[in-house]
Amino acid sequence: MSDPHLPSEAEIVERVQESPTIFTLRLRFTDPAEHAAYRFAPGQFNMLYLYGVGEVPISIVSDPGDEHLFDHTIRVVGRVTKGLAQLKTGDRLGIRGPYGRGWPLKEAEGRDVLIVTGGLGCAPTVSVINYVMRRRERFGQLVIIQGVKHANDLIWREQYERWSAVKDTQVLIAADVGVQLWPWHVGRITELFSMAQVESSRAVAMMCGPEGMMEVAVDHLCGRGVAENAIWLSMERSMHCAVGLCGHCQVGGKFVCKDGPVFNYPEIKTLFRAEGF
Amino acid sequence: MAAKPKLAVHKFASCDGCQLAFLNLGEDLLMLTQLVDIVHFAEAGPVDLDAPVDIAFIEGSVSTPEHLERLQRIRANSKFLITIGACATAGGVQALRNFAKGNEWFASVYAKPEYIASLDTSTPVASHVKVDLELWGCPVNGRQVLAATRALLFGVSPVEEHDKVCLECKRHHVVCVLVAKGIPCLGPVTRTGCGALCPAFGRDCYGCYGPAENTNTESLGRRFEGLGLLPEAVVRRFLFINNAAPAFAEAGKRWKER
Amino acid sequence: MPGNYLPRASFQALLETLQQTGYRCVGPQLRDDAIVYDTLRHVGDLPRGIRDLQAPGQYRVEKSDCPRFFAWANGPQALKPLLFAPQEFLWKTERAADGRLRFVAAVPDAVPTAVIGVRACDLAALRLQDAHFLKDPSRDAHYAARRERLFLVAVHCTRSAPTCFCASTGDGPRAEAGFDLSLSELDDGFLVEAGSDTGRGVMARLPLEAASAGQTQTADAEIAQAAKQQTRKLPSRNLQAALFANLDHPRWVDVAERCLSCANCTSVCPTCFCHSEADQPTLDGAGSVHARQWDSCFTQGHSYIHGVTIRADTRLRYRQWLTHKLGSWHEQYGRSGCVGCGRCITWCPVGIDITEEATAICGDTTHV
Repeated sequence: MSDPHLPSEAEIVERVQESPTIFTLRLRFTDPAEHAAYRFAPGQFNMLYLYGVGEVPISIVSDPGDEHLFDHTIRVVGRVTKGLAQLKTGDRLGIRGPYGRGWPLKEAEGRDVLIVTGGLGCAPTVSVINYVMRRRERFGQLVIIQGVKHANDLIWREQYERWSAVKDTQVLIAADVGVQLWPWHVGRITELFSMAQVESSRAVAMMCGPEGMMEVAVDHLCGRGVAENAIWLSMERSMHCAVGLCGHCQVGGKFVCKDGPVFNYPEIKTLFRAEGF
Repeated sequence: MAAKPKLAVHKFASCDGCQLAFLNLGEDLLMLTQLVDIVHFAEAGPVDLDAPVDIAFIEGSVSTPEHLERLQRIRANSKFLITIGACATAGGVQALRNFAKGNEWFASVYAKPEYIASLDTSTPVASHVKVDLELWGCPVNGRQVLAATRALLFGVSPVEEHDKVCLECKRHHVVCVLVAKGIPCLGPVTRTGCGALCPAFGRDCYGCYGPAENTNTESLGRRFEGLGLLPEAVVRRFLFINNAAPAFAEAGKRWKER
Repeated sequence: MPGNYLPRASFQALLETLQQTGYRCVGPQLRDDAIVYDTLRHVGDLPRGIRDLQAPGQYRVEKSDCPRFFAWANGPQALKPLLFAPQEFLWKTERAADGRLRFVAAVPDAVPTAVIGVRACDLAALRLQDAHFLKDPSRDAHYAARRERLFLVAVHCTRSAPTCFCASTGDGPRAEAGFDLSLSELDDGFLVEAGSDTGRGVMARLPLEAASAGQTQTADAEIAQAAKQQTRKLPSRNLQAALFANLDHPRWVDVAERCLSCANCTSVCPTCFCHSEADQPTLDGAGSVHARQWDSCFTQGHSYIHGVTIRADTRLRYRQWLTHKLGSWHEQYGRSGCVGCGRCITWCPVGIDITEEATAICGDTTHV
């Protein structure tokens, strides 16, 4: 991309309402050449621009192998996402990206993969799960742990059910508040960690979600002997430029937008639990 | 396309200066009338006090029993309610009367005070009904009201400005009047939005845009003392146009007690 | 061999040479009771005989009979606003009636500019801003366009303000590198030195005379004297380990009681780079410009992320500023982000002194 700041026009090909506050936009660049040239890695993000309102960083949820469309799953939390939620099929928005460093897929080959996510933190890991599923023989155990506040907040339920039926794959889901016929755990996600069937010495953990949850997960994994450098976390901070210039996303000396958003735990360990960074 | 959104501009206890933010818009006012249907704006002409509207702007503080009743009706008829200016947002300079005994004042001003129907206090609109957006300033300016309207037309929340005036001074190459002239400027505790108007002309900010977020009135007050202000002068700095805004009211109270 | 002495009476020739070469000259002048940098048309615009009196939270100027143009230390700003504009447009969007969007990058506004009177600390800060804004692949086109068209005339400091501490950071008072021309100011003229080919070209066109050995000695002695005058210093050039080892130091609470969280320090800091971006749509909704402006780690918006402010109070904001400036800057750019200009001390409305705070927090535990 010649100008790292300038968005390109994309069209909403499909809009899926995932839950009352979560929706997915399936997008295509309107310039076919640009669309054909667009490549991203799981864990990377785009800046989505809503006309006249502004930009937000949103992780890419679709499969990098899908050259037809790319997807963003978005929760309504602020003024831009509230506006994005009102867009319909055929509407245009601006996209620039992809930005940042994604998940360590190569490093994970031949090892047990543990995915720990909370809330919409599941979105940036879906493409990892799909990646592993398509190359199942190259990986060991796959354990997917997802936590939501309320059972009704769980999106992609059928997908989780499908994954749980796959060989050597374990799906553990917790809701703080359950509902009738909820087949999974009611309680904290942290209560599921000890059930994860991974071999500590050969596990790679990838996590995304509230930092409090990730702190507990890190403690648990380190406690059962998972090496610190086998733990990867996707971090979230305020981002305006997405290219390491505006300064908002700094955590100590790291720019989350370009050094992350996925970090190897030792890289951010010293400030991970420090208030205010 | 659907019918144009309806807009109303209401007035309570105020000087009408904030309504001028609309009236002085020039060509933008013509554009605004193409985007919205202005159904009530007494100072500009249209009067339909009880019309249901999408956006209601309210100027002025709540100061009389009639205000209390009218405000409830406006709230019920308005989807998005915006207070404009120090009076509607913080009670205005007239909230200084909250520190005094209202009846004594009336008796000393009016020959027949019994004809005056007034509340003992001047209070902001948000003390009585839910407010969706507060635009600070004495008066607010056209940029603020247009930006809020434009955002609502786009279907998104307007941007709230709460940085300090100091940032605006620096962005406009204005030399700090507190540091370079030693005058007691309220910029470090005041909300931006004015474009650093007063410091740009070499004078001190007097806080007409109200308190910014995360203010340290104690430290600034001590600095004012260092510049030679007596505690009562520090009190007057805080208890002025936005005297009833909590951060300034509390600062004034603290310095009164010294 | 041609000389390197420019008599004071010939200083206008420097401005004219630069103007004829196509540069807009920008330089110090007295405005609003401070030394500010603005377009310089004539030598008479320079602040002849003006001295600055600086102290924490205080800046005053006084006139003297001194014939010098550069007898002051510094003002609230120098190079930063000329390259990293306080407010500018990055791109605009046009929306057609059918909803199609067209994005147009703003053309960088870059008039070739010669800045007269750049201080050593400003040059050090410029190197840091260059490292930030010109780093590939996110090289900033606006900054780069102005930087490429910049001609720098440094003037070595012969007088330090009480707030200056560039000697302790290793960035002054002599301008060692990074300039096109440098000047040593004497009472009756200037010793000129070129630092680039462009500078040599300009120098060749100046009415220079031979300098005496005495003049060179005087100039060197005055710069050395300026360094000696400095009383403030940071405990070490690298406080990264010491700061991050003291995140719970009680001094953070103490300084937060004084700090106004007003962002004056970050705005006058010649190395601070934080900025925010926002859209400014036209009223009719047919167009929108995407603008950026200076932001600060002292604002709430800086760390706000959907409902959570990571640094909600002043203690955390001041700690972010200091641990970044003197600490994590090392990780990012290989050195401290402080060049010892002292502006954050002078222009803090309540006179908070970065050297004092850093010393209180890091104490004698100097980790290099």
